[in-house]
Amino acid sequence: MMSLAETPMQRERAQTIYEKSKPGRRAAVLPEAEVPETPLDELIPAALLRSEPPRLPEVAEPEIVRHYNRLSRRNFDLDTGFYPLGSCTMKHNPRLNERVAALPGHARLHPAQDPSRAQGALELMWLLQRSLAEICGLPHVSLQPSAGSHGELAGLLLTRAFHADRGEERTKVLAPDTSHGTNPATVTMAGYEVVKVATNERGGVEIDDLREKVSEDVACLMLTNPNTLGLFDENIAEIAALIHEVGGTLYYDGANLNAVMGHSRPGDMGFDIVHVNLHKSFSQPHGGGGPGAGPIAVSERIEPFLPRPQVVRREGENGGAPFFDLDHDRPQSIGRLRGFQGNFGVFVRSYAYILSLGADGLAEASETAVLNANYLKARLAQGRAGERLPVAFDRHCMHEFVLSGKPMKRDLGLATLDLAKRLLDYGFHPPTVYFPLLVDEALMVEPTETETKESLDAFAEAIEQILAEAEKDPEIAKQAPYTTPVRRLDEVKATRKPVVRQPL
Amino acid sequence: MLAAIGVDSVADLFEQVPEPLRLGRSLELPAGMSEAGVYERLAALAARNADAEEEVCFVGAGMYDHYVPAIVDAITQRSEFLTPYTPYQPEISQGGLQAMFEFQTAMSELTGLPVSNAGLYEGPSSVASAGYLAIGATGSRRFVVSRGVHPHSRETLATYAVGFGAEVVEVGLEGGVTDAAALAEAVDGETAAVILQSPNFLGAVEDVEALGAAAKEHGALLVVAADPMTLGILRPPGEQGADVALGEGQPLGNRLDFGGPSFGFFCATEELIRRMPGRIAGETDDVDGRRGFVLALQTREQHIRREKATHNICTAQALNALGAMIHLAWLGREGFRELGELLARRTAYARERLAAVDGVELLHEAPVVREFAIRLEAPVERVLATVAAERGIAAGYPLGREYPEHEDGLLVAITERRTRAQIDALAEAIGAAVAESGAIVGNSATKAPEGVG
Repeated sequence: MMSLAETPMQRERAQTIYEKSKPGRRAAVLPEAEVPETPLDELIPAALLRSEPPRLPEVAEPEIVRHYNRLSRRNFDLDTGFYPLGSCTMKHNPRLNERVAALPGHARLHPAQDPSRAQGALELMWLLQRSLAEICGLPHVSLQPSAGSHGELAGLLLTRAFHADRGEERTKVLAPDTSHGTNPATVTMAGYEVVKVATNERGGVEIDDLREKVSEDVACLMLTNPNTLGLFDENIAEIAALIHEVGGTLYYDGANLNAVMGHSRPGDMGFDIVHVNLHKSFSQPHGGGGPGAGPIAVSERIEPFLPRPQVVRREGENGGAPFFDLDHDRPQSIGRLRGFQGNFGVFVRSYAYILSLGADGLAEASETAVLNANYLKARLAQGRAGERLPVAFDRHCMHEFVLSGKPMKRDLGLATLDLAKRLLDYGFHPPTVYFPLLVDEALMVEPTETETKESLDAFAEAIEQILAEAEKDPEIAKQAPYTTPVRRLDEVKATRKPVVRQPL
Repeated sequence: MLAAIGVDSVADLFEQVPEPLRLGRSLELPAGMSEAGVYERLAALAARNADAEEEVCFVGAGMYDHYVPAIVDAITQRSEFLTPYTPYQPEISQGGLQAMFEFQTAMSELTGLPVSNAGLYEGPSSVASAGYLAIGATGSRRFVVSRGVHPHSRETLATYAVGFGAEVVEVGLEGGVTDAAALAEAVDGETAAVILQSPNFLGAVEDVEALGAAAKEHGALLVVAADPMTLGILRPPGEQGADVALGEGQPLGNRLDFGGPSFGFFCATEELIRRMPGRIAGETDDVDGRRGFVLALQTREQHIRREKATHNICTAQALNALGAMIHLAWLGREGFRELGELLARRTAYARERLAAVDGVELLHEAPVVREFAIRLEAPVERVLATVAAERGIAAGYPLGREYPEHEDGLLVAITERRTRAQIDALAEAIGAAVAESGAIVGNSATKAPEGVG
């Protein structure tokens, strides 16, 4: 085992802002009241007032800034280094998008503003709807869902409304065993039962298994294409036909849309409902776990049920300018999924991204994402990685690929988790680990189009070095990381005896 | 790169897409643009919105024009907070995880409940998520909801309830607050949750403890939606018997953004911790004994538990919750209380000032903190249009949009940005617009000012 001196950041023990609090310190200077200072209990009955204020920290502004700057340095981020987190599309976030989202006309626009005084915002939303409809190959879009999983819930509620309208009640939703965890979780929330479909030896849906499970009880099949193995399901037309024959809908989890923009469209593949993760393919910064947005695009037959309100463009009278409006009058709508109109700030950033790249730029982004993934896959097929970390399905991939650490574990005693932790010492964010579930010791690698060949080479080289080092002494990786602000953390303790707030 | 892959062109890599499914043409979208060009295009769109920089904003209805301190932007725009994802690798995510832990502490303090998550999408979907939690906790599928709960929250709950197979029963308002007798009548042994909001949509502070007795009696959960900006002075929901306290987080450190992104906060009793939706940061130690933070109780979540998860949420609103934490630290313990008092006093002034205007009367007289409802003796939408066009004031939220029984109602919101002069201008403008509409009926005597000069 390696023995290293404590780094300066490790020596700096974590202290919360509450522990830096001293009575009487503060940052805020509030405006004068300018009105009579009536005692509070003359305005609101004393029984409804709190006896003392919440124990928020008492800290001056310089200390607040210093505290959060220090905290920020305890994060690894995309602007610092390679972040090939599979299924998450960690592409560069153009700063222009932050600038235009912060314009007061966007940032300080009240969501209940009358549509006649929010024409720019509604037109932007309408333009984004049209752009996503074209990219997805489906005619109608709702921007309302707040994230991918919210779009999934919308999709299943739309499916339920669609079937109810035809007097049908269906109970099952199919999802491949490679699906994202949000898919089955959503199925349960939407009141259906999930039925798993097997994967064939090429990494696609096992058609025979699907055929066996398809029935008139099936409301929907949820699919990601390319799937979570990074493989395009070549049988998608046949799959779509099987589902449509029994009257089910086909739902496209758009987490992997970054592979096919301008090349292939979910609508043309036969999907009825698609969600788009604006924080993945369309460059909204991931924010440490949001915000994102999960707009949905749908086919003609699903349109009547879309959430309300819907942004619409009304033609101007007598050739006048068109009017952009919020349409609440949608009698068959499933209703609202959230407050107001959606994560508008995210829409501004993603629309700026679409304008920047344009039609050909989006197609090129997908091409480069696929090129980068295949190049990195080829690099990792050489040397030690090729032997210890074979690709799970050996064919060209789309924007990501999945390796199996099974031989590495068998021969070197190194789990995928150990490799991931050792990568931290090399300055890389590890790939997604232990997903998808059907691959043993899985590592899911998504480089994205905004990485150079040099950064892909450096990553492959780091994996090679870690494996070489592990052949001599596997303990090095098993005890890693060494250089991070903290070392391996006791996650069991955090769950068994949860401490989820600072005791005060 | 192509040689290393063993193909001649990138097109070869796309051959796995069956030929009929290849688009075979360019997308029908404009060509790409320069950075300057995109800026000009977006700025031109932004210029066609009447924002709170150009109009004096008295509109609330769940989102408020508060002053967001400059350090919120400075810190949340740092790459280290802006560009990572969910902290799946805690050793390199201590900053984000600790910020979540600090945020959870703050929300726990505000609501008076011991457990907070790291945030959900926004307010109304958090109400629906509480419904899902209540079904799991009680085994019942019936929600009793006050009509004082934000209309968007009620509608979102109803949308989700179809999936839950649950029934939603609404209880009306009486004198601006939830009708206590009707509520007691509506709650039964099959009720999963009683859902209230305080201050409610009409701005009235509810007696949560008294109303909640019906929930306690029948074993239903008491869910309370709160406006976080009022919790510096109002008795916290946790002290009034709430099992879950949640709400729209926008007033804390988040801009209006035409409705999002913001965040929802979600707090609960210790008993419900394993049923909570969303991420929760927890404290632990590393192998050398150093203090650290991780995502705790992950076995609740979709990426582990799949169809048995407590919720489907994955990406939430971490950056928005960080903004809230910085805003709260900036306000500090005393500043947060003072701000609550400032809102209550300016609101009392504005309410009295408007009530003194001819053709205006209070819609209810229940206690309020930062928002209140009035009735106009003139068509509300017309008054709003006149006041906006002639005075540059967004006078409030027309209640008729959501409450047909209050077609003449206007909801007026106050923040620390609304000065006394602006309030006076609002009163004057509304008075003039109402008078101008010629709708004042003869029996409305001219009112004398009531000590608000």
